[in-house]
Amino acid sequence: MTADMLGQRVKRVEDQRLITGRGRYVDDIKLQSMAHVAILRSPYAHANIRSIDTSLARAMPGVLDVMVGADVPYNPLPMAWPAGGSAGLQNNVNTPRALATDSVKWTGEGVAAVTAETAEQAQDALEAIVIDWEPLPTVVDAEKATQPGAPQLHENAPNNEVFTWTVGDRDGTDAAIRDAEVVVRQRIVNQRLIPNPMETRGDIGLYNPGTDEYTIWMSSQTPHIQRLLLAAFVMGVPEHKIRCISPDVGGAFGTKIFTYADYPIVLLASKRIGGRPVKWIEGRRENYQATIHGRDHITYLEIAGKRDGEITGLKVKTYANLGGRLSTIGPGIPTTLYARVLSGCYRIPNVFAEVTGVYTNTVFVDAYRGAGRPEATYVIERAMDLFADEIGMDHAAIRRKNFIPPDQFPYENPSGLGTASGGAKIFIDSGNYEPALNKALVASGYLDAEAARAEARKRGKYLGFGLSSYIEVCGVAPSKWIGAVGEGWGAAMWESANIRVHLTGKVVVTMGTQPQGQGHETTYAQVVGHELGLPMEDIVVQHSDTQGTPFGYGSYGSRTSSVGMTAAIKAAAKIREKARRYAAHMLEASPDDIEVDGATYSVKGSPDKKKTLQEIAFALDLAFDAPEGMEPYLDETAYHDTPNCTWPFGTHVAVVEIDEATGAVDLVKYVAVDDVGNKINPMIVDGQLHGGIAQGVGQALWEGAVYGDDGQLLSGSMLDYALPRASWFPPLELDETVTPSPVNPIGVKGVGEAGAIASTAAVANAVNDALRPLGIRHVDMPLTPQTVWKAIQAAKGGPA
Amino acid sequence: MIPATFDYVRARSLDDALARLAASAGSAKAIAGGQSILPLMKLRLARPEMLVDIGRLAELRGVRRLGDGRVSIGALTTYDEMMADELIQLYGLLRDALPNIGDVQVRNRGTIGGSIAHADPASDMPAILLALDAEIVARSARGERAIPATSFFEGAFVTALEPDELITEIRLPGGGEDIRSAYLAIEQPASGYSIAGVAACIGARSGDRWGFCSVGITGVGEHPYRASAVEAAVTGGASFEDAAGHACDGVAVASDIHADREYRAHVATVIVRRALEAAAARLE
Repeated sequence: MTADMLGQRVKRVEDQRLITGRGRYVDDIKLQSMAHVAILRSPYAHANIRSIDTSLARAMPGVLDVMVGADVPYNPLPMAWPAGGSAGLQNNVNTPRALATDSVKWTGEGVAAVTAETAEQAQDALEAIVIDWEPLPTVVDAEKATQPGAPQLHENAPNNEVFTWTVGDRDGTDAAIRDAEVVVRQRIVNQRLIPNPMETRGDIGLYNPGTDEYTIWMSSQTPHIQRLLLAAFVMGVPEHKIRCISPDVGGAFGTKIFTYADYPIVLLASKRIGGRPVKWIEGRRENYQATIHGRDHITYLEIAGKRDGEITGLKVKTYANLGGRLSTIGPGIPTTLYARVLSGCYRIPNVFAEVTGVYTNTVFVDAYRGAGRPEATYVIERAMDLFADEIGMDHAAIRRKNFIPPDQFPYENPSGLGTASGGAKIFIDSGNYEPALNKALVASGYLDAEAARAEARKRGKYLGFGLSSYIEVCGVAPSKWIGAVGEGWGAAMWESANIRVHLTGKVVVTMGTQPQGQGHETTYAQVVGHELGLPMEDIVVQHSDTQGTPFGYGSYGSRTSSVGMTAAIKAAAKIREKARRYAAHMLEASPDDIEVDGATYSVKGSPDKKKTLQEIAFALDLAFDAPEGMEPYLDETAYHDTPNCTWPFGTHVAVVEIDEATGAVDLVKYVAVDDVGNKINPMIVDGQLHGGIAQGVGQALWEGAVYGDDGQLLSGSMLDYALPRASWFPPLELDETVTPSPVNPIGVKGVGEAGAIASTAAVANAVNDALRPLGIRHVDMPLTPQTVWKAIQAAKGGPA
Repeated sequence: MIPATFDYVRARSLDDALARLAASAGSAKAIAGGQSILPLMKLRLARPEMLVDIGRLAELRGVRRLGDGRVSIGALTTYDEMMADELIQLYGLLRDALPNIGDVQVRNRGTIGGSIAHADPASDMPAILLALDAEIVARSARGERAIPATSFFEGAFVTALEPDELITEIRLPGGGEDIRSAYLAIEQPASGYSIAGVAACIGARSGDRWGFCSVGITGVGEHPYRASAVEAAVTGGASFEDAAGHACDGVAVASDIHADREYRAHVATVIVRRALEAAAARLE
């Protein structure tokens, strides 16, 4: 009997190669006669291009070609997720071209590309390109950009507005606020972040003049989508003439979902030099300037309720900075993925949100780990604390009072999940929030908070507890909802898997999802091994190449386990069914009389009459004795469109101490109780939570992308952009409740984003809680020593 | 992140290195661990025509006791080697600072000579050498000279070194029985460089008066400096808190996206006080 590894802490099978330097990332791939591309990036945040002189660069050693915008025959990049709905038809979309033609909108927008024999020669030649610039006024702040007199980026977007989009009941919410016993208002900033995957992006383009086909190696979360978008919207090349390969991907965090200018650049560059392969590898500073950033919201919130803590209304106005031109799904993040989940895990009867997407002279903003949901969680979790403080209520008590009760599921939330246009609604299908809160309170020492505060004061420290109760929308998404006409990302979002059982009984699984470090080669094998009764060692999981994998929408939105693996389970069921029918033939029994137990197919009542899956595969592959009408070979593909998203939830509690003299914040304890449903591999779940929590804490305490008023990125390298370090964290204490998701057969929900969604608010709330005795209500992130110290000084009436 | 083209030569001996530096008339730079010069070159902020690699000159490596009781640290001694050296353990402020410099890779590759020749205005080692009244020995084809740390750091990334000179060793006073030291910093979290880093030595107490106090501060001004006003206040009988209030006297306090003038000046006083307290506590 093969051990069933589903749910076990199995070591990741890909790690042997990934941690011993045997991974194969784009930059590891070296092709015969490969040339190299470097991209010249704008030094100005806003400027017109009067002229470009490339003659000196063309004469540089090793230079094969120089391209400028006018040389590129392709369309601008696509934008696949307009805000739609109440924003109406969006006719002001401005997306980047492969290379800018007339003007640049941010420092780092590409304006020319050099192809040379070596990467060094390409880089050197960039310095010889002469551009006559006409610098223009700049604006980097989303709220300021909408004010009268602000510099204008695009003629078709007055006041730099991409859209103003609303959701929820405006009149009802206004009435709730007007009639409320207590209303709390606060402006809060969710600062811009730079995602920082360990591997920057990079591509190899290869045009084959013999077949007129294009191949691109890319570090992407979505190779199938990239093939589709490049073909249909950018290059005008038939889809079947493009092959996308996304080999090992060294982290992504959302940044590698999108269509980037360098994809058409490397393909065109290869074509222009006769089909030699051409490589472009992004430097870290280039990554900071040219790959998407995350977050960047300015929000005015109003929360209304009764003196007993019952929340009756939430009204939010958010300015979402989308950058100088739009990224692939930029507008979808602050609308559907943010505003529609603003009420979080609470039963708030009246919710209204207005979101204005804004062009500024900054690099584009799109999905970064959590994508909209961390921003929403930050708003509602700060709001709950602010309201509780106003009425003098305990932070845990106000959450408990307003949780959606467990008997209210499926729950249609009022911030608009259930009101998507096109008639498609989704509901929060399950949840039981209080047990997770209770566990987190006990483990964190919250019940003895006052004693802890007093003890810390004796040491000159201010101690605070921060709660963050969250839900997230994972396992995206039902196609009819996400693709709803007029609102949605204009595509389906089902997933695929193919399973082949070879003659030797070994199994190859291919799928449309795309790992970026999550361990899919392990977890798919655990699931398929469980379904077919085979040891993991007999299963290989292959991905990454549009040639040889079924079409799929890729990996993001914590969707692989819920949507992708359900497709694999369906494919396994088809394999089992065909094997059962052939076993019946081999055992001279009726298919209805074949019992399946793991990999053993036996005749009901005659347990000695049996065949293993391997024996069946062997015989069916040889097909010497296949019955009439039965196709040879065990090879099945399945597609799965999920009936709903999944709804992980939980409560995180952070404990911080603040050094009054320096403002330095020390994270002294962190407890996370997450309900991610059943777990395929608890070790991988722990790892995802650790990483996500660290990233979220990074936002609360250290990280921030800073642009000067002139649009220069001041936090332009890791010397100035502070990423979290392991030594800055206490041990992360993880616990769980388990409410299996009803959406998929294994009851999983997805865990890639949960940590990042919950932890920012937990730590920010803890810092604000610690400062509360000083009369401080709210301090914006990142809560650096300087920021905290200045808040303390202002509260004490000292110099601000 | 690709540097401009440059020539590279590995020096066969110290004299060979000095001859090449002299011959280059300023267009060559020495490289040892490469932890400062290489990042600058990758950003094309530095474009030396030639790198003279002195990294394998064994005679510039290691820590030893000199005949006069002082401790000599070879310029090519890495942070990691210093951390493991027994003589270095005599200096509390080095014990404090070394494990927090850079990261493991920087400590394995980075050298003390490279750090002080680079003279980042926020790096830790200059403040320590200032507080210790160290001597920096520089040699060129023209000869050798000893430069007091107090006149070595002239500006941001500017030192008293001539283009043809190499640092060969750093000499630290042997340290009095009745003097203790400490190093404390509040760091800019991205780079790990100090917003305010303070090296403090204190001792020779008689009655309620401190007979000796020296304080080196990095990260605050245009270059690391001795906080002489703090020292005078301490030996003049002021409390640590009052003395620390003079941390930035006469200094043009720096400002950047991590800490503005007001905060940096304030936090310098906090760190000076705490460093003095930590050093004094080691006398108990």
